Amino acid sequence: MRWNTRQTRIEEELNEVRIDPVLEVALKDFRLSVHAWSEAAMNRPRKPIHSAVHVTWRLAVSWALGCLLAAGSVGGGLYERHHRQELARQAAAEQSRQRQMAAEAAAVTAHEQNGAASTREQDEQLLAEVDSDVSREVPSAMEPLAQLMEETGNK
Amino acid sequence: MTLETAEAIAAQEFARVVQKHRPHIFRFLLASTRDVDLAETLTQECFLKAHRYWKDFRGESSAMTWLMRIAINLERDHWRNRRVQFWRQTKVHAVDLDEASEWLPSGERSAEQQLLARERVGQVWKAVEQLSARQRTVFLLRYVEEQELREIAQATGLSEGTVKAHLARAVGRVRSELGGKR
Repeated sequence: MRWNTRQTRIEEELNEVRIDPVLEVALKDFRLSVHAWSEAAMNRPRKPIHSAVHVTWRLAVSWALGCLLAAGSVGGGLYERHHRQELARQAAAEQSRQRQMAAEAAAVTAHEQNGAASTREQDEQLLAEVDSDVSREVPSAMEPLAQLMEETGNK
Repeated sequence: MTLETAEAIAAQEFARVVQKHRPHIFRFLLASTRDVDLAETLTQECFLKAHRYWKDFRGESSAMTWLMRIAINLERDHWRNRRVQFWRQTKVHAVDLDEASEWLPSGERSAEQQLLARERVGQVWKAVEQLSARQRTVFLLRYVEEQELREIAQATGLSEGTVKAHLARAVGRVRSELGGKR
């Protein structure tokens, strides 16, 4: 009785959307096909199924790890680059400091050398003056003695 | 009646509901997604959700309609979530139309009749693929699950008039697909 009522209502609805015989056959085949497929799929050997939540978590964790790895790589690269730049800067500063020290040392040496030469010249000039003064101040009575000393010195 | 007894009765009742309606829910989800694994997953989630809210089910509609509504919402949410992903994994897992059309009960048909039936089923699948999500849901509930318009309206949350409109458009699409191949 209930089935008849249901069937009548379905037929009424079918009339409303105008189902022709060709369409009716196609829809019936489609229904049978889906039922057969569903039954076969329900009875197939089962394999472990990951729930959508599990899959979502796995994807989220994968993404997080991937992002972490990418951030680590970029951060490591940046740190390495910064470290190299710092080392190069320190080496350049050290070289500059050494160059400056060498220049200062060279300047000091040159100054010392100049000073020594100048002192020597002054001494020689002074000695020459003293010699000429002394030679001028020796009395004629001492001339033979002076010549004797000179000769002795030459020997 | 003690609390334990009431809970035991409710659990038995729910187990009967699962046994009775699981094939229908799975079939609807399989036809909607054409993906066996996804259909199984969504069916499991549907019954998990139903179990969680079983105490709140007041019987205003049939258990089947209530379960179908949960299944429809789960499927819609699944595609909505998929939309924001960079790849659509489930599209890869869904079987193609030819494979879906392979399934036919052998019955008493000749080889030629089987071939024609397979071709018709393929054409219907092709039309179904082109339907909007709502049209497809209404079409499958009507012509695969053989539900009445009132039940479809309850399961989808649409008015009967809207269901009829969706159904008419869906049938029109199938008809034109079949007509084009004649």
